[in-house]
Amino acid sequence: MFSYLIRRVLMLVPVFFAVSLVIFLILHFIPGDPIDNLLKVGSSPQARTEMEARYGLDQPLPVQYGLWLGRVLTGDLGTAIVARRPVADLIAQALPHSLRLGGLALLFSSVVGVGLGVVAALNRDRWPDRAIMGGVLLGSTMPGFWLGLILMLVFSVWLGWFPVSGARSWQALVLPVLTIGLGGTALVARITRVAMIEAAGRDFVLLLHAKGLSPLRIQLRHVLRHALIPVVTILALRIGWILGGAVTVEVVFARPGLGTLLIKSLSQHDYPVVQACLLMLAMAVMLGTLLGDILQAAMDPRVRAALG
Amino acid sequence: MSALLELSEVSVSIGRAALLERISLRLEPGHILGLVGESGSGKSLTAMAAMGLLPLIGGRVTGGTVRFDGQDIAAMTDGQRRALRGRRIGFVTQNPMTALDPVQRIGAQIDVVSRLHLGLSRQAARARTLDLLTQLRIPEAAAVAEAWPHQLSGGMKQRIVIAMALAGDPDLIVADEPTTALDVTVQAQIIQILGALVRERGLALLLITHDMGVVAQICDRVAVLYAGRLAEENAVDPIFAAPAHPYTRALIGCIPQEGMARGSLHGIPGAVPGALQFPPGCRFHPRCPQASALCRATVPPLTPHGAGIAACHHLSVEAR
Repeated sequence: MFSYLIRRVLMLVPVFFAVSLVIFLILHFIPGDPIDNLLKVGSSPQARTEMEARYGLDQPLPVQYGLWLGRVLTGDLGTAIVARRPVADLIAQALPHSLRLGGLALLFSSVVGVGLGVVAALNRDRWPDRAIMGGVLLGSTMPGFWLGLILMLVFSVWLGWFPVSGARSWQALVLPVLTIGLGGTALVARITRVAMIEAAGRDFVLLLHAKGLSPLRIQLRHVLRHALIPVVTILALRIGWILGGAVTVEVVFARPGLGTLLIKSLSQHDYPVVQACLLMLAMAVMLGTLLGDILQAAMDPRVRAALG
Repeated sequence: MSALLELSEVSVSIGRAALLERISLRLEPGHILGLVGESGSGKSLTAMAAMGLLPLIGGRVTGGTVRFDGQDIAAMTDGQRRALRGRRIGFVTQNPMTALDPVQRIGAQIDVVSRLHLGLSRQAARARTLDLLTQLRIPEAAAVAEAWPHQLSGGMKQRIVIAMALAGDPDLIVADEPTTALDVTVQAQIIQILGALVRERGLALLLITHDMGVVAQICDRVAVLYAGRLAEENAVDPIFAAPAHPYTRALIGCIPQEGMARGSLHGIPGAVPGALQFPPGCRFHPRCPQASALCRATVPPLTPHGAGIAACHHLSVEAR
């Protein structure tokens, strides 16, 4: 098991390099550069050349990539060109907001999603199931930013229950968490339901009934236990997705966070910041995948046996 | 002696398909009743009916009564039926490979039965489990109890399933093709174990099988099922010495005999029809060498035949 973990972590290394290369290239192929944002209107070409030299933007791309990667690997994310502050500071300021939002959204979609999935599976093809699955379909087809605007309109503008934007109070977290969480809830509910129905049809469940166990105990202690294996894996994979998905929602609700920082820096072509933000999101996806694999092995002895 | 398990004219349907028609069986304590027939004849369904588990597979009893120890199972509450299962009726499944919960350790899966039904503490239940495993000649019982199902062989898993069936100290064991999924060498061991349990503990065993060899080995009586109907029921000796029903004869013809000439092993041509294509008259007539116009038109009634009963229009001819 331990050797598997080592191998699994080592596999992330080439992925990390590939991701960093893609991030770097895409960013530098976008037309425009950060100098445009720094120069005053009517500056001379010399001023521009000086500026480029100062930030190393006059070097060939492979050299720039090499230098950046070297710094990142030694823990130095560089200095923001436009914002003129260490990138690490900007990230350290934004990340807690995003983690709080993403974490709560993930918690919400896990608890509510699994709950709804269980209720739907236990009432298969009866009205609670149909109602939940109908809602789930609605929830999973609605884009996050649109759902955010609707929630804002109803609960903030009309009802006045929650603030429209900002991050000053816990109330301000409610709508953003719901906006991100509802889509995940729909996904989790659907997977839980299908996984429970599939598990309930397995041979060993018949024997549990033959042993005289109560149906509810069989469903919750055994069937749900099996259904949670794929659900937990999906939830872990969503960790990165939720942080990335928070981008639009943070902008809609005007919240500080990785997403807002990313969008702002992107519009200013502030390369070091954008690169750092994207790298953070990519790492979140990679760590989520790793966590998913570990949890699966933790929950299923057969997986552990296969991994050796 | 009064019957421990008694099915009287039990009919079972799943959806619109009438799968069992007026099945009557009787099983007394200390006896082994073999329930034989090909796949699709309704054997497993009969077992599910006996255990009150039909709703689980979407089935329902449409006629007749199932009595356990004199009590009508249909008249019981869900809770009363649950109190029978695992406690007074142990169940041994067809495929031990998939019968155990793959994410629960072996010991816990057996412990739960005696904790639930006998009210034993965790420690007492484990002690009982280890004792059962030892009785079933499982080496290193303590290690096996801590193992996961995927770490055991098929034969070992079937012993675990038998231990589970015994953990509630039952009066009846229903074994649904307990050896079908196992290697031949292991099959013999499992049959031996089941036979010994009946002798030593005075259990009743409803043994579902399509293997007439197994029947000859340990059963007291045999019920032959064909396409959801009882074809013949009798004590094991007359069944083998003078089978009354052509289907029983055909099943016996499928057992290899010592000194048999090469190539003389018989199969039964055709297959059991599906529930929606049951032919009129005697359901066996399309495959029966003796089928006549009467067989094609009229359902043969179950009539006494020696110490048993059989449903065939040609009994009088055959019984000579």
